[in-house]
Amino acid sequence: MNKKTKTPFFHIVKRGEIPLWQSIAIHIGALVLALVVCSILTTLITGLNPIKVYATMFEGNFGTERKTWVMLHALAILLGISLALTPGYKMRFWNIGGEGQVLIGCMASGAVMHNHPEIPNALLLILMLVAAMAAGAIWGMIPAFFKAKWNTNETLFTLMMNYVAIQITAYFTIRWEVPKGSGKIGVINQNTMAGWLPKIADQQYLLTIIVVAALTIFMYFYLKYSKQGYEIAVVGESERTARYVGIKVEHVFVRTMAISGALCGLIGYLLVAGSAHTITTTLSGGRGFTGVMVAWMAKFNPILMILTSFLIAFMGNGAQEIASRFYLNHSFSDILTGIIIFFLIGCEFFVSYKLEHNKHREEA
Amino acid sequence: MIGTFHYNLKHLLELVNKEVSGLDQQVPAVAMRNITKTFNSGAVVANKDVSINVFRGEILALLGENGSGKTTLMNMLSGIYFPDDGQIFVDGKEVVIRSPKDALDLGIGMIHQHFKLVDVLTATENIILGLKEEGKLDLKKAAQRVKDICDQYGFELDPYQKVYNMSVSQKQTVEIIKVLYRKADILILDEPTAVLTPQETNSLFNVLRNMKADGKAVIIITHKLNEVKEISDYVDVLRHGEFIGSLKTSESTTQEMTNMMVGRQVSLNIDRPDPVGQDPRLKIKDLTVRSEDGVLKLDHVSFEALGGEVLGIAGISGSGQKELLEAIAGLQVTEEGSIMYVNEDGAEEELLNQDPNKIRRKGITLSFVPEDRLGMGLVGNMDLADNMMLRSFRAGKSPFTDRKAPRKLAEQVVDELEVVTPGISTAVRRLSGGNVQKVLVGREIAETPRVLMTAYAVRGLDINSSYTIYNLINEQKKKGVAVIYVGEDLDVLIELADRIVVLCDGKLSGILDARKTDKNEVGLYMTSLHGEGGEENE
Repeated sequence: MNKKTKTPFFHIVKRGEIPLWQSIAIHIGALVLALVVCSILTTLITGLNPIKVYATMFEGNFGTERKTWVMLHALAILLGISLALTPGYKMRFWNIGGEGQVLIGCMASGAVMHNHPEIPNALLLILMLVAAMAAGAIWGMIPAFFKAKWNTNETLFTLMMNYVAIQITAYFTIRWEVPKGSGKIGVINQNTMAGWLPKIADQQYLLTIIVVAALTIFMYFYLKYSKQGYEIAVVGESERTARYVGIKVEHVFVRTMAISGALCGLIGYLLVAGSAHTITTTLSGGRGFTGVMVAWMAKFNPILMILTSFLIAFMGNGAQEIASRFYLNHSFSDILTGIIIFFLIGCEFFVSYKLEHNKHREEA
Repeated sequence: MIGTFHYNLKHLLELVNKEVSGLDQQVPAVAMRNITKTFNSGAVVANKDVSINVFRGEILALLGENGSGKTTLMNMLSGIYFPDDGQIFVDGKEVVIRSPKDALDLGIGMIHQHFKLVDVLTATENIILGLKEEGKLDLKKAAQRVKDICDQYGFELDPYQKVYNMSVSQKQTVEIIKVLYRKADILILDEPTAVLTPQETNSLFNVLRNMKADGKAVIIITHKLNEVKEISDYVDVLRHGEFIGSLKTSESTTQEMTNMMVGRQVSLNIDRPDPVGQDPRLKIKDLTVRSEDGVLKLDHVSFEALGGEVLGIAGISGSGQKELLEAIAGLQVTEEGSIMYVNEDGAEEELLNQDPNKIRRKGITLSFVPEDRLGMGLVGNMDLADNMMLRSFRAGKSPFTDRKAPRKLAEQVVDELEVVTPGISTAVRRLSGGNVQKVLVGREIAETPRVLMTAYAVRGLDINSSYTIYNLINEQKKKGVAVIYVGEDLDVLIELADRIVVLCDGKLSGILDARKTDKNEVGLYMTSLHGEGGEENE
């Protein structure tokens, strides 16, 4: 036999649909592998005991009641943004402007709060909400309208809109700065607490968490059972099919992005009225981008998104804890987060494909 | 069976030759032995224990219904798939083919059904694309070689023509020359005639005969029996992934081949019930459509579609069929003309430049089975029930969709049309071509349409599914529906339709009585207006 005719050792085979437990097993396997790799890296770089590091991260999230609330709040905000972005992505509208849409919501509610503290609190809160959602909706609709009308690229467009929102916010933080020259607005209405969301059961973050929980349920039913949700799915899967059955694709683009933007605005409102009580350019803190990843990792399933946003929130808070406890800087935890996400996304390959050994042929 | 006997004889002869004489020309150019290929970890067996031989100077037709594993088998020969088990011999030597490049190095070239060409490049540029030759790029020399190949085998091709200016047949020529340029001497053609007119098919067959005379081994995948009869020396039949037998073409009949292919006795006649009513249903006048880049796609086309008859539409692919159907369905912006729909009470409605939703709201049920089933008629990633909703999801005032009715409809379609599926919650893209089409046609017919338009309704379907579709169309016709049937297989078109509208380059070339015309006449109308100047083709 010719020696060159060697069969390759394995080949890649596409899987059919795999049972749910198998998919879950693959994901858990990936997470375990990621933690092992993280441990090795931790020991190699810092010389610390990885178990101790993980324990500290856990403590950073659940160590005290306050820490747990902070973690839940971070989870809620991230989940809220991810949910808000989901309809657009279901429609294959690549919106990376969540950051700007949230920020412009912050800006709008902050502006109402700053300029009209004299309005009765209940009315003020409603006005702030309306302003935030309207601003977010407009921010979402502009790129959708341009795409519908002139087929512009939504990815670039929404990205650029982020910078516009950031600069608008920067402009007003200087204009309204307190005290003059500080470059910051500081806490708005510190004494009157006008435009601050009320505490529930003495917990500052509880209302935000409840709102996001309601949003999760709403989004689940909206996408799965509503006519609009069905239209979004059809447009996302195939614009030609959508046109074929008479769905006005352009209309769906604009409507869906208006909803998505308005919900981003809502999260902006929760940030300003619920916790920050001020406006800064970093209020959204990159979560407009992280939300895309959270939504994607959950395959745009609102219920699964609770898990994925928990993972990111957990890593973020744990990171701060190890940074302060072990005098590591914040970047180290970013490395760990990156590794975990890499494994979790990478394992999708094994959900769709598998490697198969070639049978070796003994006969010549 | 006789077929098996032939195969055994051939196989035996080959073995004898190998063992005893070892003469070069008697060793098969390609021998595939006990090839097995499964997908989805063994769940789908595409090929099981298949063995075939191809000799030089011979044209082998690989015959089988859709899903019988012809293309999979050839894809393993051309390096796209890797067999799970079995051996491949080229000129008697065992080989391992891991990639299309490996295959080409062995002289095996495959011409796929879907062309892979760069539109903005010329024929020559496309042909040499990807070749790694020493020295400077010499386009002139390459073009000369392309010309030489054309002359040698009788192709007609301008080496400097851009691909976007080419007809489907010319693009196919480029694909074939691409393989010949790489010095392939074992050629595989996957359903090469599916997109050609009878005249183009003839010239392709002449080329294939020249190749055969030149000592090349040619394998042609097809399910058109008359073509098998015309061109091949041997026929290997596959069914459900298994090798059924080998026939010598000159000694067998098409009925014999069909029976082997389908596995039982099949009648090859298509019913044509007499038309009923024949009241005008659609009056199309001076319909003119221009594409977005300004190309005239339809040029003042006028005809009437009558209730209770099947109106066939023939034409070379891209002659305006798509634009015509889409204009009627309200999906295509038109430049001028009118499309009048005649209501039950005789009132007329203009359909021009409407959208499908507006048409529906007027109470007009116009069903359309588009050419691109999964890209337009259905949503591939959605399940059967969700696909049934596409037409009806708006019904009712509730903001939520009604899930029950579409599920029921899906079950009904699966039941009545014998759709093979694990269940109605299966994504339609996982179904085979025939079943996808049954789902689509089933949904469209469930609407009780008054006009039913179908584009290439049986493309890629096996014989059984095709006949199911013909029957469904005839049933609609008997109910008085105006059926517009765009087809590519002229044999079928002539047998099924009552009248045939022939389009040529976006213009109406003629309207023929299907009962009185023949394939050649339709072919002439397809290639030249009113069939003029056709005689010189003789």
